[in-house]
Amino acid sequence: MPDGSMKLRGRVRVVLGDNIDTDIIYPGRYLNITDREKTAEHLFELAYPEIRAGLQAGDFIVAGKNFGCGSSREQAAAALKFSGVGAVIAASFARIFFRNAINLGLAAVVSTEAAAAYSAGDEIEIDLVAGQIHNLTQGRTFPSAPLDPRAAELLAAGGLVLYLKAKYQQQGGIRV
Amino acid sequence: MGMTLAEKILARASGRERVFPDQIVIARVDLAMSHENADLVRKSFLEIGLDRVWDPSKIVIVFDHRVPAESEKTATTHKAVREFVAAQGIEHFYDVGRGGICHQVLPEEGHVRPGMVIVGTDSHTTTHGAFGAFATGIGATEMAGVWTEGTLWFKVPSTLRVEAEGEFRPWISAKDLILHLIGKLGAAGADYRAVEFDGPAIRRMSVASRMVLSNLAMEMGAKVAFTPVDEILLDYLRPRVTEKLDMIAADPDACYERVIRLDVGEDLREPQIACPHAVDRVKPLSALGEVPVHQAVLGSCTNGRLEDLEVAARIVAGRTVHPRTRLIVIPASQRVYREAMRLGYLETLVAAGAMINPSGCGPCVGVHQGILAAGETCVSSTNRNFHGRMGSKDSFVYLASPAVVAASAIAGKLAHPESIVKEDQPCLMEA
Repeated sequence: MPDGSMKLRGRVRVVLGDNIDTDIIYPGRYLNITDREKTAEHLFELAYPEIRAGLQAGDFIVAGKNFGCGSSREQAAAALKFSGVGAVIAASFARIFFRNAINLGLAAVVSTEAAAAYSAGDEIEIDLVAGQIHNLTQGRTFPSAPLDPRAAELLAAGGLVLYLKAKYQQQGGIRV
Repeated sequence: MGMTLAEKILARASGRERVFPDQIVIARVDLAMSHENADLVRKSFLEIGLDRVWDPSKIVIVFDHRVPAESEKTATTHKAVREFVAAQGIEHFYDVGRGGICHQVLPEEGHVRPGMVIVGTDSHTTTHGAFGAFATGIGATEMAGVWTEGTLWFKVPSTLRVEAEGEFRPWISAKDLILHLIGKLGAAGADYRAVEFDGPAIRRMSVASRMVLSNLAMEMGAKVAFTPVDEILLDYLRPRVTEKLDMIAADPDACYERVIRLDVGEDLREPQIACPHAVDRVKPLSALGEVPVHQAVLGSCTNGRLEDLEVAARIVAGRTVHPRTRLIVIPASQRVYREAMRLGYLETLVAAGAMINPSGCGPCVGVHQGILAAGETCVSSTNRNFHGRMGSKDSFVYLASPAVVAASAIAGKLAHPESIVKEDQPCLMEA
């Protein structure tokens, strides 16, 4: 979180269904792009190219069950993050995607209720630590899975690389 | 109360007496595998700032996704990884022409043993559960953390146990069993869970067939998927592994989240097909009607092994691939390639009109060597049929067993092998 508050505010860009797979999020043909910022150019390119066109920084993607199923490709999480997506809210996540998102510093928020009730355009505030999602447009609040302390630490650091970098800088660049 | 295989391995790897589902443990990693995405891992690792990886002898890198390099971009990636491998002293590196598909190369070259904790930057790393290893996929950044620390946190998974009995009908194989199960449980049916396959029908299977189960369990979300550590497995491992082999097994009183029982003869009366665009959209072949196919792909980490090429060769022998269809065959590794050559399978396949691709992932991941055009349909022995996976977003992929792929190539449409080969020959399933 830029301000360290563990609260995110933004607009629901789109509400997607169940089993949004990694090929939908980021097509395999672009896996040789290893520059993370550039992955953003191909977000949802084959299936939903229109999502990226209207995306504003901080927007949320809402989806059903098993978001990010399929490949371990980290570019799926990177493309979301570097397109400016503030968080993905889903009824559930595939496990590798979930870990990739947190490791890259992208919030992945589990809420069955929110995934079912929200609409594109809704204004949302997520309190990651308390585990609450306020829909300011609808005036409704739903619970979300509170962020695991380990995940909170990684998100606060801006992802695993920055977290480990800081850790080893403190240790003088050696393993202890 | 006893422990499941996943619990046992994680307890050992985290230095605990025992562990319980949902507990978070930090486990030591025994093997860390990457393919071309080692380049992404390398970049993250260098950003973290340490000079040396934690243990170069525990890292294996296999080029398979784009072999040989299909573009200058990939050639540059390959080159950067080669240089890193040399600089870090990573000995277990399988370059173009030396290995094949990572999940085939790892066990074939003796890197995998029962009881190990293996992570790979590829979702189908679950394949190594067929060797009794706790093996799972992770992302590139997480792998950079493993290269740095040699450990990783895991949430201990609960376990689904699948017990299969009965005899497979002719032409029905492990692929049909796992597709049927994915159809039944759904794409998230085993999400975050371990799966243990056991029972007489599994214990009779070859190691190659068991790998199909562990590989495709990923498509129902499994974190790891084991088949039994038994004599058939040890016979495979002994010539390849010098270390002592551990006959690890779940305790008889282990606690399972759910037990699923199948009779492979009764429940699998005909080939199972995963229809576009989801692996859990599974139907029996007869429910599909006439589906013309433009391309048939036999290969991948799921089904590109010797027994897969054998059954295909048996079906196409003396026949010709249908004029509207292209048959692409990809041996899973250089070793499989040579053995299939020696045994004449490749000769038979090529004589029928197949094109043999180099050992690697080929068109499965949609980058080269058999991309589909809009409106085209493919029957494939691979593991994913997602929207646009193999090319155009307006193409269609049906997943099936090697026998169905071969039969469909001859028929030019989805076909049961028994419609091509009249004699009642059993599929090569037994070890």
